[in-house]
Order: sequence, then structure tokens, then C-alpha cells
Amino acid sequence: MNELRRLIIKGSVAAGTLGVAMGAGLLMPTQALAAWPKQAFGEKKMDQALTALLGSSDTTESADIKIKAPEIAENGAVVPVTVTADMAGVESITIAAPNNPSPLVASFDLADGAHGYASTRIKMGKSGDVVAIVKANGKLYTGKKNVKVTIGGCGG
Amino acid sequence: MATIKIRAKEKGGVTTVKALMTHSMESGLRKDKNGEKIPAHFIQEVVCEVNGKMVMNAHWSGGVSKNPYISFKFDGGKGETLKLTWTDNQGKSDSAEAAIS
Repeated sequence: MNELRRLIIKGSVAAGTLGVAMGAGLLMPTQALAAWPKQAFGEKKMDQALTALLGSSDTTESADIKIKAPEIAENGAVVPVTVTADMAGVESITIAAPNNPSPLVASFDLADGAHGYASTRIKMGKSGDVVAIVKANGKLYTGKKNVKVTIGGCGG
Repeated sequence: MATIKIRAKEKGGVTTVKALMTHSMESGLRKDKNGEKIPAHFIQEVVCEVNGKMVMNAHWSGGVSKNPYISFKFDGGKGETLKLTWTDNQGKSDSAEAAIS
């Protein structure tokens, strides 16, 4: 009885502070929903970054993922990358460069009706793989392509 | 000042969007001539809506190139209006609209 009472009091206090924070505009519900995944983008290791972003680093290689990127990138600051995923139910496409200081580069959430296609230009610190991670029907699939970089693009 | 250029074309029931944004995309890792770190300044989020409905929502790091390019495809869209919005890590944002032709 006593313990239950304590729990209820604790619970209500916690809810109270949250309410105050929301009221003061500190916690905007819309922002909380589409928050930028700071932790995932800060991770230095590929597996940890994927777990932080997608909840798992358990991926399966798939031949249905095609990455278009140059074999040799003269300028590592601008490497064009196009990912095409020929599978049904693509939910997101994530592009990573495991050799960069922070491997995770960009992640595209695709709504229903959007195609498994994303294209952008990324920076690469040094030669290495460009990895695409595609989430489809709740599972993670990967594809990769090696790019040789002649001039690094991540400063230094 | 518009920082976004959008081209959206419908063909065979599929709309292809290509957009260019003007942004320095500083990763926070680069140093200036005096060896001081240049503060990070990059677009964190790009949202695309068609008639108020979200089609694509991208999260970026400073690893995306300067003056970013983005392209994606979705079903339908002919004659509709597309809205693209970006927000950077300093809280700045911009948006632009384009008719899908």
C-alpha cells in the first residue's frame, strides 16, 4: 500500500515536470517526432551508427541494391552517389562511408509511393567503400561500392 | 533569398525531383589558416511535401557535400505542388515550392 502510494506520487511528479517543460515550449511534440538523430551521426563506428539510427546492425547483402558512384573520385569533397533499390516496401535508404571520421552521411526516409531511389553528393576523407543500407519490410539490406579518392574531402 | 532550386518532372506516372541547395555544409572538422576549427554548419533535415503530404524526409550529417544536391522519385504528382524545406544545425531554414510539370 505504502509502496504503491509512493509510486503514484513519483509518477505524478515526473508527469508534472514534463507538462511544465512542454508548456514552456522546451519540448515541442512535433520536434520530438522528427528529431535529428544526433547520436547516430556522431558515432565513429559503422555498426554502432547503424544500431543508433536503425535499431540494428544486422544486415544482409542484396544484389537488388545498386550504387552508382565513380571508381576514382578526383575530388573527395564531391562524390556523386546514387542508390537504387529494386525491391518492394523500401522504407529508408541510408548512405555511409565507413572510412570517414563519422561514417553515417545521409539517411532518406521514404513515404509510401516514393521509389527506392536516392541521389546526392557526399564527402569522402579517403578511399574506401560507399555503403548503402536499405530498410525494406522491416529488414536491413546492404550494397557497397569501392571508390578511390585522390584528394581527401574531409579537411585536415 | 532563395537558396533552393527545384526541378520536378512527371513522366509515365513517376515524378523525378532534382534539387540544389546553397549551403556551406561545414562538417566542423576543417581548420582555417590559423589552425582554428571552423564551426560545424550543415543542413540536418530536408523535407519534401506534395500537397501537404510528406513524401521524403532526409537526415544529413556534415558529410554531405557543399551546396547539396538531392534527387528522388515518387508515384504520381502531375500538376501538383511540391514543397521542399531544409533546416540546418544553427536553426536556420528555407523552403521553396515548385509545380510538377
